[in-house]
Amino acid sequence: MTTWKFGNDIDTDAIIPGRYLTIYDPKELASHAFEGTRNAFAKEAAEGDIITAGRNFGCGSSREHAPIAIRGAGVQAVVAISFARIFYRNCIATGVLPVICPEADTITEDEEIILHLDEGHLTAGERTLKVEPIPAFMRKIIDAGGLVEYAKNLTEIEICTK
Amino acid sequence: MAATITEKIFSRRCAKEISAGDVMMAPIDAAMIHDITGPLAINKFREMGGTTVFDPAKIIMLFDHQVPADSIPAAENQKFMRAFAAEQDILNYDIHEGVCHQVAVEKGRVRPGDIVVGCDSHTCTYGAIGAFATGIGSTDMGFAMKYGALHFRIPESLKLTTTGTFQNRVGPKDLILSMIGDLTVDGATYKAVEFTGDTISEMSVPGRMTCCNMAIEMGGKAGIVAPDEVTRAYCGGRMDGGWLDLAPDDDATYVLEREYDAADLVPQIAAPHNVDNVGDVTKFAGTPVDQVFIGSCTNGRYEDLAEAAEVLDGRKFAPDIRVIIVPASKTEYLKALRAGLIETFVEAGGMVEAPCCGPCMGGAFGILAPGEVSLSTSNRNFRGRQGSTEAEVYLCSPATAAASAITGEITDPREVA
Ligand code: SF4
Repeated sequence: MTTWKFGNDIDTDAIIPGRYLTIYDPKELASHAFEGTRNAFAKEAAEGDIITAGRNFGCGSSREHAPIAIRGAGVQAVVAISFARIFYRNCIATGVLPVICPEADTITEDEEIILHLDEGHLTAGERTLKVEPIPAFMRKIIDAGGLVEYAKNLTEIEICTK
Repeated sequence: MAATITEKIFSRRCAKEISAGDVMMAPIDAAMIHDITGPLAINKFREMGGTTVFDPAKIIMLFDHQVPADSIPAAENQKFMRAFAAEQDILNYDIHEGVCHQVAVEKGRVRPGDIVVGCDSHTCTYGAIGAFATGIGSTDMGFAMKYGALHFRIPESLKLTTTGTFQNRVGPKDLILSMIGDLTVDGATYKAVEFTGDTISEMSVPGRMTCCNMAIEMGGKAGIVAPDEVTRAYCGGRMDGGWLDLAPDDDATYVLEREYDAADLVPQIAAPHNVDNVGDVTKFAGTPVDQVFIGSCTNGRYEDLAEAAEVLDGRKFAPDIRVIIVPASKTEYLKALRAGLIETFVEAGGMVEAPCCGPCMGGAFGILAPGEVSLSTSNRNFRGRQGSTEAEVYLCSPATAAASAITGEITDPREVA
């Protein structure tokens, strides 16, 4: 497992540039992930890898291509101090686990990360760091395997309307 | 209970008291998809078992990012969406009308008080007419198209009050850039941003659209202005059923309140590569530029083009730079055409393109080479946004863009008499 460390304000144009948005295939998108800003990622990322980042990961466009590219590269979870809102939702929808960890920026690439979400923490190497719980509603979608799987099994939804 | 605009909109639509922090399945009054994010949304809709959309009249569909199709994959995506529109009986504006956010508002597909989702982050633009509008991803959109509803966490709000009158050649874009500089790129994450104060009351709907458009650049879930007489004049009959008292209560709860003085404001620039890297134009004056872009959902309306033409005042653009002007919609294009602005720009040496996103997101044309510098009236200056990751994008107002296009370097529009 490799840890890919990024800084603050990593935007969706950096994750997947605009010129590749006609592509929807996860593997093909993954081959352009972080192109021009971190070329090693597309070449070397593998199943089970984790991204760590500072504040505001995934800011910018609503392109779902961004979490799809990351997932396509094999990354299962992004551990960050904070996420941009649309990206966070898109992670939940597409099956990338967004983990909010106030000390995410202290994790180094040498530390192996193991998530213990139910216990509210992760371990990075020898250290134990707190993570924020995922809201109950979002958790239901994740447990179903993403929003598509969740929606497939919905027979009826209760809309709050007059 | 005292409520913000957002709380009032959700409470009204849901016929019960809704407060920030509530999680709910809310009804959707309009849902927008375009050529980039639409195909994936349609696929997700189908994967969820969707057969017919919840209400074809509430789906806004058009193509604006890569139009006319600039590649075979883009052409295939558009063909795919056309077929879906025909099958579902959805009105498709296709490539004919312009940039999604401008079109959604100007065609009256969005009304004050509506809850709107769009498969594009700048959907927050529609807050300019008092709708709660927010950007979502394609899978969420698939869900919204199937059920006509989506899960929301009702956001807390920020209240940004601006008073005073802008100096000549200073305007809404400078205001929103200075606010982003102040609050930073994640200063409003998960929050609704309410714009209020005399300056906003006196601001036109296009100016309010410029401000609300960029709420996402501070992380906002929505940008919003309470509907008033200016909104009513703009929306006219479309406000039927939507005209209601959405003004926030005086004692509504805000997580942050800030005051800004429009009279003190000078033209602003957001320097590479973050939108909160903002400073006065004087700090960047003299920076040589290779390309100037006037357009986008932020600043491609008639008012913006008129301001640029006024600064130009019959002069020519610097010969060794490219000036690309793209009206935000067919309606705005025609207004500019009839007012003689297009002729002015072409004679000055500019390229005027048909309404679309253009160079804004580096997908279609006007792409930058390594080492090049772009000055753009759009909303993002991220590394690689308009082409090479080694190019630089500066953001500014239409007045600053025009002044700089004359000299070929970043120029204070107040100094071009
Ligand atoms: S003009 Fe730019 S920001 Fe606006 S919708 Fe098009 S690509 Fe997005």
